[in-house]
Amino acid sequence: MTQAKALASKGAFSSIRYRKNRDRIVELLLLTAGLVAVFTTAAIVFILVYESSAFFDHVSIRDFLTDTMWTPLFADARYGIMPLVAGTLTVTGVALLVAIPLGTIIAIYLSEFASHRLRETVKPVLELLGAVPTVVYGYFALLMVTPMLQKIWPELPGFNMLSAGLVIGLMIIPYVATVSEDAMRAVPRYMREGSYAMGATKLQTALRVVVPGAFSGLAAAYILGISRAVGETMVVAIAAGMQPNLTFNPTEPAATITAFIVQVSLGDLPHGSIGYQSIFAAGLVLMLFTLVFNVIGFFLTRRFREAY
Amino acid sequence: MAATAQMTLEEIRRGLSWRKQLDKVFVLIGLVILFACLAILALLFLDLVRDGASRFGWSFFTSFPSRKAVNAGILSASVGTALMMFVTALVALPVGVAAAIYLEEYAPKNWFTGIIEINVTNLAGVPSIIYGLLALGLFVYQFGFGQSILTGGLTLALLILPIIIVATRESLRSVPKAIREAAYGLGATRWEVTKDHVLPYSTGGILTGLILGLSRAIGETAPIITIGALAFIAYLPPSPVTSEFPFLSFEWLMSGFTAMPIQMFNWVSRPDQAFQANAAAAGAILLGMTLAMNAVAIFIRYRFRKKINW
Repeated sequence: MTQAKALASKGAFSSIRYRKNRDRIVELLLLTAGLVAVFTTAAIVFILVYESSAFFDHVSIRDFLTDTMWTPLFADARYGIMPLVAGTLTVTGVALLVAIPLGTIIAIYLSEFASHRLRETVKPVLELLGAVPTVVYGYFALLMVTPMLQKIWPELPGFNMLSAGLVIGLMIIPYVATVSEDAMRAVPRYMREGSYAMGATKLQTALRVVVPGAFSGLAAAYILGISRAVGETMVVAIAAGMQPNLTFNPTEPAATITAFIVQVSLGDLPHGSIGYQSIFAAGLVLMLFTLVFNVIGFFLTRRFREAY
Repeated sequence: MAATAQMTLEEIRRGLSWRKQLDKVFVLIGLVILFACLAILALLFLDLVRDGASRFGWSFFTSFPSRKAVNAGILSASVGTALMMFVTALVALPVGVAAAIYLEEYAPKNWFTGIIEINVTNLAGVPSIIYGLLALGLFVYQFGFGQSILTGGLTLALLILPIIIVATRESLRSVPKAIREAAYGLGATRWEVTKDHVLPYSTGGILTGLILGLSRAIGETAPIITIGALAFIAYLPPSPVTSEFPFLSFEWLMSGFTAMPIQMFNWVSRPDQAFQANAAAAGAILLGMTLAMNAVAIFIRYRFRKKINW
């Protein structure tokens, strides 16, 4: 009793109140930090919509979507986003032609054939491919890949979408491979055992049981890869030239949405001018593209996790 | 069924060995592709070192950019990058760790927490140039920070926030429940449990996340170009340490700057061949730093995983 009284007089009980209050304040601070993510998203949407709305006061949405020329910095300004979209889709297409087959084969190999030790050693090294600064990849595309391609194909221009796309493909291989591999490893063991019991070889099991079983996960990996390729900037800005060009021919130079934003930012455009606003309109289109792909990818990954 | 029944033993054997051959062919293809990817990475690094070899030297590190390729160096770029990384780490680490603690230890399972989680996942997939546009509209013009080190650091901090949050959450999740229960049993409050028990065990994972985040930030070019940082900066930001009271100055935060990746981009995009050696040398340094940071992260992850036996 006397001890409790002594404690009480020393303020031990008020100390409990103090500790509980401190907990409440800390929780509030932590929540604020968590809300930074929400604020960031809200700020991105707000800034893009706010600056683009000023852009669309000058340019009708119809012209924006149907005009075939994008020359906002010229005296005769035309504001058709199509050339930039075409460039973006072409580069993305080339990148996917590299990343999807190679990434999938690597994923099948690592998930079904490689030993545990090899897998654990190779995966972090493979992920380094995705960690290389993109400006270094741009150098690689412009000064190594393009000259190499020109040896086979002398007419290829110095700036072209092909080498940019090939290098972006290389860059997103680890991304496609690791997500696909996770999906394949999530296929339960008994499905493989069943296949082996029927006399199938490892390759048959991999291609006819594991790959179909992990299908939605593979689709998610590809879609996340697409959204990475669409948003890639520096490789295209360095190696594909910055001329908007309405073409789907990868051997031609062209600009993507991202390359245009870089091009404008390199110049000194006054705040509030139509050129300044045009990069936000381009950014909005890019954001919508990646948002659609990310949402699809998000639901596909959720589905493959709940499949079994 | 009938067809199988009619197959002779010989045919079945031949089919089987054919299928087994295919297995081996696939293994070979897989290995070739895998090692080709790794070989390209090595080739890229060696090529940068070879092309830039003529530029490595003391003067390259102590010179400002110049109109002449031989005189140009990375002094302002490397100082700019270092200061910017400092701001980025100082902002992203506390905010990211706090957000992760909230989501992992405090957040109730409801729609509100769901919104935060979806936002974190979504932000990880937003192209980096969009962060540049956000920073241009918000930090540069609305907040009036200008094209400063502060703007650059904050932009990159937002960019790597999802990486730090995800890494921290993973390492918090790996701390066994029993440790938390034991601390609660002794009357600790939730914050005391987190601060004194859960966090110390997660240091390794948090550190890995921070290093991986910074290694991503150090090479990011697009958002820094978008906020309007210039490549030609022939001065250093004011020193953070001064000779007069209070000996610390924060003027450098508002100073204009350039960074390693922008400097490299500027040199790559010049038509003059001589600058390509500079670009290669800058690229080799940049790539070397990224690879080294990743190696450190892998090492820390490995060490901590080995050391802790629950």
